[in-house]
Order: sequence, then C-alpha cells, then structure tokens
Amino acid sequence: MLDQLQRLGSASLNTLERLGRGHLFLLNVLTGIPGLFLRFRLVIHQIYSVGVLSLLIIGVAGLFVGMVLGLQGYNTLVDFGAEESLGVVVALTLVRELGPVVAALLFAGRAGSALTAEIGLMKATEQLSAMEMMAVDPLHRVVAPRLLAGFIALPLLAALFSAVGVMGGYFVGVGLLGVDEGAFWSQMEDKVDLFDDVLNGVIKSIVFGFVVTWIAVFEGYDTTPTSEGVGRATTRTVVHSSLAVLGLDFVLTALMFGD
Amino acid sequence: MSSNQSEPDSPPQTLVKIRGLRYFRGSRAIFDGVDMDIKRGKLTAIMGPSGTGKTTLLRLIGGQLRPQQGSIIVDGMEVNKLNHRQLYELRKRMGMLFQNGALLTDLNVFDNVAFPLREHTRLPESMVRSLVLMKLQAVGLRGAHKLIPSELSGGMSRRVALARAIALDPMMIMYDEPFTGQDPISMGVLVSLLKNLNDALNLTSILVSHDVRETLSIADDVYVISEGKVVEHGPADVVQKSGSDWVQQFIQGKNDGPVPFHYPAPELIDDLMHG
Repeated sequence: MLDQLQRLGSASLNTLERLGRGHLFLLNVLTGIPGLFLRFRLVIHQIYSVGVLSLLIIGVAGLFVGMVLGLQGYNTLVDFGAEESLGVVVALTLVRELGPVVAALLFAGRAGSALTAEIGLMKATEQLSAMEMMAVDPLHRVVAPRLLAGFIALPLLAALFSAVGVMGGYFVGVGLLGVDEGAFWSQMEDKVDLFDDVLNGVIKSIVFGFVVTWIAVFEGYDTTPTSEGVGRATTRTVVHSSLAVLGLDFVLTALMFGD
Repeated sequence: MSSNQSEPDSPPQTLVKIRGLRYFRGSRAIFDGVDMDIKRGKLTAIMGPSGTGKTTLLRLIGGQLRPQQGSIIVDGMEVNKLNHRQLYELRKRMGMLFQNGALLTDLNVFDNVAFPLREHTRLPESMVRSLVLMKLQAVGLRGAHKLIPSELSGGMSRRVALARAIALDPMMIMYDEPFTGQDPISMGVLVSLLKNLNDALNLTSILVSHDVRETLSIADDVYVISEGKVVEHGPADVVQKSGSDWVQQFIQGKNDGPVPFHYPAPELIDDLMHG
C-alpha cells in the first residue's frame, strides 16, 4: 500500500518535472524565434518538410471526409426536405470542427512523429551535443525553425482540408445525389460567417499547430538517447498531441461558440 | 618540470586547470577530487577503463555538464561560472571530436565542415569554399566533399569531423575515443593526423582513449584515471614504467590482477546450491 503511494507520488513528481522542463524549453526556444527572421531559409526548409510533404494525406483525407459528410448530411436532411441546406452543413462542420481537428490529428501522426524521431535521433547520435560544442545553440538552430514551421503550416493545411472537404461534399451532394447547385452554394455563402466560423476555425488550427509542434519537438529533445527511447518518444508525441488537440478543441469550442 | 615560460607576463603554460573536481551521477562518484593541468601546445592523453567518466570529463571541460564541486579553468576562465553567451564564446575556441564523428546527417561533407564558418562568420561564400577545401585537404578528404555522411566509413567520418573541429582554428581540441573500432590503416591515419595537427597548428590537444599503445605513442603527457581519481600521471615513458600493479594491468591488458576478472558475487558453490 505504502509502496503504491510512493510510486504514485514519484510518478506525479516526474510528470510535474517534465511539464516544468517543457515550459522552460519552450521559453528558450522562443528566444530564438526573432533571429530566424534574418535567416528565414531555415524555416522555409522546415515548412517544406512538415507542410508540403503532408499535403497528400491532408488532401485525400479532406476529400473523403467531405464526401462522407455529403452522404450522411443528405440522408438526414432529406427526411425533413431540407437537403438544400447540405452546403451549410458540410461547410460549417468542416470549417468549425473537422478541418482544424482532423488536420491536426493527421499532422501529429505525419509531421509530429517525424519531428520527434528526427530530433531524437540527432540527440542519440550526438549531433545536438556537437552543435553545442561548436557554439551553436541547437534550441535556436534546430528546434526554433521547426516550431515556427509547424505553427505556420498547420493553419494552411487545415484551410486546405476544409476547402477540399467542401469540394468532396459538393461532388457527392450535387454531383451524385442531385442537390440543387445554386442552393448548395448560396446557402453556404449566406450562413457561413467569416468571423464567427472561419476565423474561429483558423484560431483553433493556430493553437493546435503550436501545441502539436511544441509537444513533438520537446519529446524529441527530451528523449532518452537510445533506439527504444526514440521509439517511445515518437509514440508519446502522437498520443499526447492527439489528446491535447481533442481536449483543447472542447475548451476552445466552449469559449467560442458556448454563449 | 622546469619551465622557460614562467615569467608572470607570458601566457600561463597551463591552458586547462582542474582543481578538486567532484562530479556525482546519482550517488555514484564519477570524479572524486581530480586535479589536472593540461599544458598549452601539448598533446595530453587521459586514459582509463571504460565507464571511468573520460567522456564526462570532456563534457565538464566544455561546459556541457557542471561539476558539483571544484573548478575547471580554461584559458583563465572558470567554465562553470560563465553565462550562456560567455560559454558559447569560449566554445568557439574549442574543438571537439565526438566518438562517431557526430556529423550532421542532413548536410554533405562540404556543408558539415562549412557549418561552423557559416554560423559564426560572415565570410563570402568563395572564401568559405577555399577554407573548407583546405581543411578537408589537411585530413585527406578533399575528394570526398560531395559525399553525404551515410556514404562515409567510420574513419572517414571522424576525419571529416576533425576538419570541422579545426574549421574555426581553435586553441584546443578534445578527442573522445578517436581510435575505437578502427581498422589498422585508418587507426594509423588518425594517429598520425592527430599528432601532425597538434604540432602544425600549435594546438593543445586532450585525447581521451583506452587504446594504450596508440595513445602512448603520441602523447606528451598522460593521466590515468580510475574510480574517480588520478592514479598515474607523467610523460608516456614514466607511465609505462609505473610501479602500480593496477596501471601495469591496464597498460598490458592482463585479464586478472587488481581489477578482478569476476564481477563481485557470492561464492560459486553457495550460488549453485541455494540458487
């Protein structure tokens, strides 16, 4: 019994310590961000590897999610004779929720895990130590460009996800199920608000981009420098950032749409 | 030893001065009262069995770790009292060669050597190119400048890392086990390279190794450490003739002696009967 209590205590202390380390780490990384604007090439390179290389999975997932929304939405709406609202349903669902959330989950799996593994292996092969000894701060040279790149890339990916999703909904609803094209677009235009819906979705994806990338780079940097350690850190990145995205989504939704 | 540079105005002959160094990992003492003087322009070897913290010592000198007690003074500056900026300034004058080279895997050989130059200087690209090719020429790998690290053998990686370590013309260079796992040819290449660079560039070198023969053949000064303490110190020939049984066992690689063959265990018969 005492033993279990002790283990609980030490586990909680470890968690708190890691949380503290994560925040100090973030603080140190953020001090390196201003310097990046002078050498933006580093960030662009990272935007390519976390953003451009994620385009395929984001695009394909967006298309299918949009098509499913079109199908499910139509089946429900047609019972009430409201199938002309399909455009609104698809667009609002994507822009407010599914765009930012699903894009962030995919981003965590595709780009977050890659970031953790990359930084973790750099640590395991002493590349980070070597940089320190060359008087180059790896937090500024390696981590900061990746954090900024994730922060920039995810909102763009989420926007793309939503856009492709709307096209998928359109394809199924208008193209296959015969919803009136004019009604599909005009209702969407009428009911989707730039600030209340689109902007809030963008804010969500900015927050998710920041949190997912932060978790990914921290897990990589804080990993035990062995192959097992890197493997575990990569898993933790995906699990923790997915949970963080879902949890934060609830909080943000409550703040934005909770009235 | 007598010195001809003992006037107070000349730069002190000792570049790295370690006094009363204590460093613990958990409750285990890695260093327990170590004093060392690394002399300017000399190649100092630090030898000892695996796990005695030789690499840790280099990390302490480089300021990547902080000692619990004692002082490490490099070129007149106490390493663990420097702030982040001062420490990084000092590191620009230190080179370090890691055990496996630690080349940046996303850059090719040329860019790896150019890395410190591009990070710390604003030299035009044409001059960076000339400097990099000269450094690579010094380690015999100018022809390999387009290769990527995964195409290099272990010995070549270390030579590229060596070119990178001397890119900024440091005052000292630290070698972490440079000979481990090398075939006789690349071992010979590395040994002569280390010695020649030290003499040609007037570097101060600290060589951490447990390859006894190679290390003793080039070292000017040798420290043997074991269980957190310096057990022998002096020029290579003095160390070789040491009266200590332990040092003799280490140098000659005997399998039994003061360091027992068996890890401490209860009597075999007890273990077998009650196990």
